[in-house]
Amino acid sequence: MAQPLLVIRDLHAKVEDDDIDILKGVDLVVEPGNVHALMGPNGSGKSTLAKVIAGHPGYEVTSGEVLFQGENLLEMEADERSRAGVFLAFQYPAEIPGVTIANFLRTAVNARAGKGEETDVFAFQATLAEKMALLKMDDSFATRYVNDGFSGGEKKRNEVLQMAVLEPALAVMDETDSGLDIDALQIVSHGVNTLTKADKDLGVLLITHYKRILNYVKPDFVHVMMNGRIVESGGTELADKLEAQGYDWLQEAAAGV
Amino acid sequence: MPQNETITDIGLDEYKYGFVTEDKPVFKAVPGLSEDIVRQISAHKDEPAWMLEFRLKALEVYESKPMPKWGGDLTTLEDTLDQIYFYLKPQEQMERSWDDVPQEIKDTFEKLGIPEAERKALAGVGAQYESEMVYHSLKEVWEEQGVIFDSIEDGLKNHPELFREHFATIVPTADNKFAALNSAVWSGGSFVYVPKGVKVDIPLQAYFRVNSERMGQFERTLIIIDEGAEAHYVEGCTAPVYTTESFHSGVIEIVVKKGARFRYTTIQNWSNNMYNLVTQRSIVHEDAKMEWLDGNLGSKLTMKYPSCYLVGARAHGEIMSIAYAGDGQHQDTGGKVVHAAPNTTSQITSKSISKGTGRSSYRGLCKVYEGATGAKSNVECDALLLDETSRTDTYPYIEIDENTASIGHEATVSKVGDEQLFYLMSRGVDEAEAMAMIVRGFIEPVAKELPLEYAIELNRLIELEMEGSVG
Repeated sequence: MAQPLLVIRDLHAKVEDDDIDILKGVDLVVEPGNVHALMGPNGSGKSTLAKVIAGHPGYEVTSGEVLFQGENLLEMEADERSRAGVFLAFQYPAEIPGVTIANFLRTAVNARAGKGEETDVFAFQATLAEKMALLKMDDSFATRYVNDGFSGGEKKRNEVLQMAVLEPALAVMDETDSGLDIDALQIVSHGVNTLTKADKDLGVLLITHYKRILNYVKPDFVHVMMNGRIVESGGTELADKLEAQGYDWLQEAAAGV
Repeated sequence: MPQNETITDIGLDEYKYGFVTEDKPVFKAVPGLSEDIVRQISAHKDEPAWMLEFRLKALEVYESKPMPKWGGDLTTLEDTLDQIYFYLKPQEQMERSWDDVPQEIKDTFEKLGIPEAERKALAGVGAQYESEMVYHSLKEVWEEQGVIFDSIEDGLKNHPELFREHFATIVPTADNKFAALNSAVWSGGSFVYVPKGVKVDIPLQAYFRVNSERMGQFERTLIIIDEGAEAHYVEGCTAPVYTTESFHSGVIEIVVKKGARFRYTTIQNWSNNMYNLVTQRSIVHEDAKMEWLDGNLGSKLTMKYPSCYLVGARAHGEIMSIAYAGDGQHQDTGGKVVHAAPNTTSQITSKSISKGTGRSSYRGLCKVYEGATGAKSNVECDALLLDETSRTDTYPYIEIDENTASIGHEATVSKVGDEQLFYLMSRGVDEAEAMAMIVRGFIEPVAKELPLEYAIELNRLIELEMEGSVG
C-alpha cells in the first residue's frame, strides 16, 4: 500500500506565548487522492491545525508528530514545507502591495527549481495563462498586486490560482468558503474540483464551518473537530447530520477527554 | 579575466563599490578652506573676474552663517571640513572621445558596472571623475537641435550670457550655509540648455563618482529648459568606502520655462561615512511641469529636500523619493513645494525604509502664498520599518496664506508584518527573499517611474543593504 500523504499523531499545539494547548491530541491520516472535510464549531482548533501543518511561527507544537510523505514536517520551516508539497489556502490571505501575482508566483515557482534551472519569464507566462484558463480567470488578474484591495471572493480565487500553479501534493484549505456569496462559492468549488480532477493524487483537507461547500466539493471523509480533537469521523452522511442537528450531540464526546 | 574576479570577490556584506582606483591628480590643493584656496580654484579654472568675486563673497557668507541646528547631527562635521580637500583636478583636458579616456578611469567605470550601452550609446554621458568632467559626449542630433549638455565649467566658458543670466538665481548664495560653501568652491557638474520647443527623448545621463579620500565634492548643476521644451536628466552616484568622514554638498538649479516639462532623476548611494548635504531647487513657470525623482541610499547623514517653486499659473511640481536608512545612517529627506501662483498643483510621494539603528525622517514644506488661488497640494509619506530598533519620524510644515487652497497630507508607518512574511514563505519563498519582496513592493509606486536599468540597480542595492536583516 502506498505511503500515506499526511499522518498526524496525538498532536498538541499552542500559541507561542500562551500556556494552554489549543490542539489537544489530534489524530488524522490523509491518503493521496482523498478529500477530507474537517468541520467543527468556532474555536474548536481547525484553523490552528491548518497553521501548524503549514508551519506558522506563531504556534508551538508541544507534543505529537506530523509526517508528510514519511518526512517529519515539524522540523521544516514554512518555506521548506511548501517546497516539499504542502499548500495552505489562507482564510485571511495577507496583502502584499506593489508585488504582482505573476511576479510573486514566478518567484515561488523558481524557489522550487534548482539554481540555474529557473523558469524563464515567457515559459512561466505560458504556464500561468494555462492555469488561469483552466480556472476561467481573466488574464489581467495576474497583473494585480497580491490581494491588495481584493474582494473576499477575489482573495479566495487567488488562493486557488496559487494552488493550481504550485501543484502541491497536499492542499489544506482553511475556510476557503467563508464570506463567499453563492456565485463566488461555485467558482471556487469549480476550481478545487478542476484541480482534484487534474491531479488524481492530490490530497485535500477542506476546513469548513458550513456544509454548504460540500454540496459542490464531494469529500471522501468528514471529520468533526471539537475542543482541540477530532471527535467523530465518517462519510458525507456525517455532514448531513451536522447540518440537521448541529454540534450539540457531540458535546459529550468532546468533553470526555 | 582577473579584473572580473576582483569584482565578484567583493563580499556582499561589504559596501559593493568600495574599491579604490589609484588616483593621479594633476593638481591637489592643501586640506581645509581659505581665501587662498578659493583664488586657486578660480585661477585654475581660468574664470572671469565676476566669478572669482562671486566665490569670494560666497566664502564670506559661508563663514558668517552658523551650522544648522535642525535636521541631522552635524556636530562632527566641523572637524571633517578642516581635513577635506576642497579641490582636485585629475586631468587637464576635457575628453571628447572614448579612446582618449585613460584606462584607469575606464576601469572605474568597469567596476561600477555601467553598461557599455550607458557608457557610449546613450547620448550625453557626462561622467564626473573626482572634480572634473572627464568624459562627455553628446549625440549629434542634439547638437543640431541646439541642446547644450556640457560640464558646468564649459557652460561658463562657452555660454557666458546664458550662464550668468541664471546662475545662482534659483539657489542664491545666502540661501543656506552649504549653498554658500558650494558657491565658494564649486567644481564639476553639468550645464544643460534645451531650446524652445525641443523635445529630448533619450535621458541626459551623468554618472559621477567621488574618488579621493577626504575630498569634498561640490558639484554644481544648472539646467534651463526653455518654453515648451521637454527633457529628462538622470544622475547616479556611488562612492567608495573610506574610514575618515567625507562630505558632499551639491547645488542643483533648474529653470522650467512656460509650458516646458522636465524630470530630474537621481539615485545616490554614498558610502556610510559621507555627509550628503544637497540643495536641489527648481523654478516652474506657467503651465510647466517639474518632477524630481530621488533615491537616497548610503551616507552617514543625508539632508536633501528637492524643491519646486511654482511661480506661474497652473504650474505643476512633483517630488517622488525613496530613502533607505541602514545601520548608523540618518536619511533626513523630503521635499518642498511653494505655490506662488493661481491654480498651481503639487504632489509629494515619499517612501522610506529603515533597518537596525537606521533612522529616516520625512521633512517637508508646503507653502501657499496669498493670491495663489485654487492651489492644490497632496503629500503622501510612507515609512516601512524592517525591525524593532529602526526609527522613523515625520516633520511636515504647512504654511497656508490662501483660503481657497486645498491641501492633503497622509502619513503611514508600517512594520514588515509576520503574517506577510508567513504568507510568502508558505509559498516556498525563503525568508530573505520574502522580506526583499515586501520591500520591493513597498517602493514599487516610485521605483516604477525610474528608467529600467536604474530600477533594477536600486532593487539590487537595497537587497545588498538588507543582507543580514533576517535572522
